[in-house]
Amino acid sequence: MRSRKVFSAMMAGAGLAGLTLMAPLTGAAAQEGKAGGTLKLLANAAAGTIDPHINYTLQYFQINYILYDGLVTFRKTGDKTGFEVVADLAESLPKPDDGGKKYVFTLRKGIKFSDGSDLTTADVVASFQRMFKISGPTTGTLYNGIVGADKCLKTPATCTLEGGVVADEAAGTVTFNLVAPDPDFLQKISIPHAAILPAEAPLKDTGTVPIAGTGPYMIASYDPNSLLKMVRNPHFKEWSKEAQPAGYPDGIDYGFGLNDEAAVTAVENGQADWMFDPPPADRLAELGTKYAKQVSVHPLTAMWYAPMNTNLAPFNDIRVRQAVNYAIDRAAVVKLFGGSNLAQPSCQILPPDFPSYAPYCPFTANPGEKWSAPDLEKAKALVAASGTAGQEVTIITEDTEVSKSIGIYLQDVLNGLGYKTSVKPISQNIQFTYIQNTNNKVQISVSQWFQDYPKPSNFLQVLFSCASFNPGSDASVNISGFCDKAIDQKMVEAQTATIADPAKGAELWTAVDKAVTDAAPVAVLFTPKRIDLISPRLKNFVFSPQFYWIMSQSWVE
Amino acid sequence: MDNLSAGQALVRSHRGAEGPWRTAWRKLRADRAAIMAFGVLVLITAASLAAPLYARHVSGTDPFATNLNGEIVIHGETRQVLEPSTEGLGLGFTPLGPTWDFGPYMLGADNQGRDVAARLLYGGRNSLLIAGAAALICLGLATLLGVVSGFFGGLVDTLLSRILDVLWAFPIFLLAISLSIVLITQSITIGPIEIRSGSLWLPIFIIGIVYVPYVARPIRGHVLSLMQAEFVTAAIGIGASPWRILLYDILPNVITRVIVFVPLILALNMMTESSLSFLSIGVQPPDASWGTIIQDGQGLLYSRPIVALAPGLAIVICVLALNILGDGVRDALDPKSSIRVA
Repeated sequence: MRSRKVFSAMMAGAGLAGLTLMAPLTGAAAQEGKAGGTLKLLANAAAGTIDPHINYTLQYFQINYILYDGLVTFRKTGDKTGFEVVADLAESLPKPDDGGKKYVFTLRKGIKFSDGSDLTTADVVASFQRMFKISGPTTGTLYNGIVGADKCLKTPATCTLEGGVVADEAAGTVTFNLVAPDPDFLQKISIPHAAILPAEAPLKDTGTVPIAGTGPYMIASYDPNSLLKMVRNPHFKEWSKEAQPAGYPDGIDYGFGLNDEAAVTAVENGQADWMFDPPPADRLAELGTKYAKQVSVHPLTAMWYAPMNTNLAPFNDIRVRQAVNYAIDRAAVVKLFGGSNLAQPSCQILPPDFPSYAPYCPFTANPGEKWSAPDLEKAKALVAASGTAGQEVTIITEDTEVSKSIGIYLQDVLNGLGYKTSVKPISQNIQFTYIQNTNNKVQISVSQWFQDYPKPSNFLQVLFSCASFNPGSDASVNISGFCDKAIDQKMVEAQTATIADPAKGAELWTAVDKAVTDAAPVAVLFTPKRIDLISPRLKNFVFSPQFYWIMSQSWVE
Repeated sequence: MDNLSAGQALVRSHRGAEGPWRTAWRKLRADRAAIMAFGVLVLITAASLAAPLYARHVSGTDPFATNLNGEIVIHGETRQVLEPSTEGLGLGFTPLGPTWDFGPYMLGADNQGRDVAARLLYGGRNSLLIAGAAALICLGLATLLGVVSGFFGGLVDTLLSRILDVLWAFPIFLLAISLSIVLITQSITIGPIEIRSGSLWLPIFIIGIVYVPYVARPIRGHVLSLMQAEFVTAAIGIGASPWRILLYDILPNVITRVIVFVPLILALNMMTESSLSFLSIGVQPPDASWGTIIQDGQGLLYSRPIVALAPGLAIVICVLALNILGDGVRDALDPKSSIRVA
């Protein structure tokens, strides 16, 4: 998925790779917590609907994890185990049956929604039906493997998922039947789009009206122009510390409308506790020196990249795409993002420390495991061989500072290779959908991808499989339009192998990563890191690889 | 002389009197503030036109190419154009600050490592070009529509007035932004003319169009009042053709009012261009205008405020000078005072 307002394909996580720069923030983790007080959070703007089955933004995923629960979830810890799936509303993790096509969940007893109603198996079935009935953004990509999903995708209004999600009220179980084995199924239902809501939840996007949840907090009010107010859920009783621990603050106020500069100053001065948006570039040096104790930096399992349209000239020629990859000075691009402490150059699809990741960089002066320097000679030779020099190329970027800067840099690179290049920065709110739609004939763009769940398929299959390419649609997250049947087959083999032999599956995914990287449908630029600025009064800042900051686990003094 | 009749004296005094244009020019020259403003504008225009010379011979850098790994020697010390933070957590880069030497990076670098002073001059060229060309389009169209509408009246007037009303009804920036967003990624074809996306003609065209009603409506009103004037009635009375009345009685009087509009529309256009470029829907990178440079500087307000302040100051000076000049021109040509071209 994408980092902010318009996301299209999957949820965010953060990585554990490499160095974690931080002030003594996590050191407080072992302290005894102090319940009470109100956390004050800031963001430039609200992120749209608060319907957990629809909202697809990191900004609200982060809060939905403390408002809602799924049958399973990712462990809420600040270390590598944060990628592990644990039982949440289900009593335990089910073992797949029927060759990996059947999962039986037994529901915990005694859990109530924030409106006081009891959680039942009927709620689970209704929630999964609702996802399809309201055409949730990931139903076609993450949940289309459930039996009956194809019918639901065709006619959402009459969706029953018959035979796909079956409740046994007496036994307190819900059975999921899949069309084919899916080794990532548990991860896919761990994200907020699979949150369990009351069966009575409206069958439409509820917009600014909150829906009852089972988490430790509930939304008291939401005005996208000013404030999202969260208070304790009076019916919440902790059932699993690793899945959904009770929270420390009594309330969480999420304010909207302050710009980045003002937000930084507010957090520095303790007038707010945290800001969602990354601090502006010109404040980084100040934060790294004067306010170092209030700053934490964590690597993310994400990438900034330049998708190239493999169906449009000049990028329909693999030599041109490889030339772009060779020509990019990734160290220079990293500078545009804030320097090597905030990003690492990369040339492959999978990010460091991700499952199946094996360091690989063919597009560098000295091909091997790491990027070292651009190889302009090789790049120019490839362009000369392609005979495409002199063609016109347009780069579409977001109108944000970093995206536009990278676009201008790429313009220089492409001009240097002999193309006549122009840059078109367009609104952040529409750029992601604009570059996906083939009708817009986008040749090359600047984009980002953040993991939804920690599996290679979330990068490789979602972004580069033939099935992810939907010509003429705004929801075609395979922006490059890359479709290689042989690589697609390898993905299927890797997915199948993972069920029987995870190690073998991981190996195959590594091979897919190399194959896609070699085909160069995109130019991977760097792996970003997340910088968090917190107030002096905020303690126990726990950064999860999956959820980022787990706000319920912090307290204020 | 003493024996001259009153009539002869009047003829003689008319022969010796200066014409209305000469009177206007004399009045304008007497307005020191207006002349100073004109001088400032000439200076800024000349400096902007000299941008290529400055970039080549003074700054020695390409103001349109990124220079992320560049280095420069200042007073014997080698410095990086983008200086990394080396203290604390070592986060971020700060572009080189102003050297204040008449040479490379006199006003420092922007976040792409480009020379701000050179970009400022190139930006001035684009800002002035867009403002000027858009003013020509706007005043030309507005004059045509206003005169035709007011002179011919009837159905023509009703039709043109309603079209102008529709344009007038849109908030100016909303209209400009909407047009920009629609046109920014695709070409626009008007007859044989194709304006390609990214072309400077796109903001020129957009800005030229959006202010047409603001000029056309007063001109139409002026034409309507001129139609009731005695000299027009007299011309009709002696059997002058409509085209003669239009060319010799109406247009010369309208022209003075159009001239009064020139500095005002120029100033408005300059601010609109800056605003559109600031919103990324005017001049497209790597081209510069004062608006795009302000946008580049927005992210550096805290560490390198000069990047945004310099073009901001240039806009303020230009707009102020244009307004002062506009006042002078209006005072000199105001048809309600002594000037009457008949």
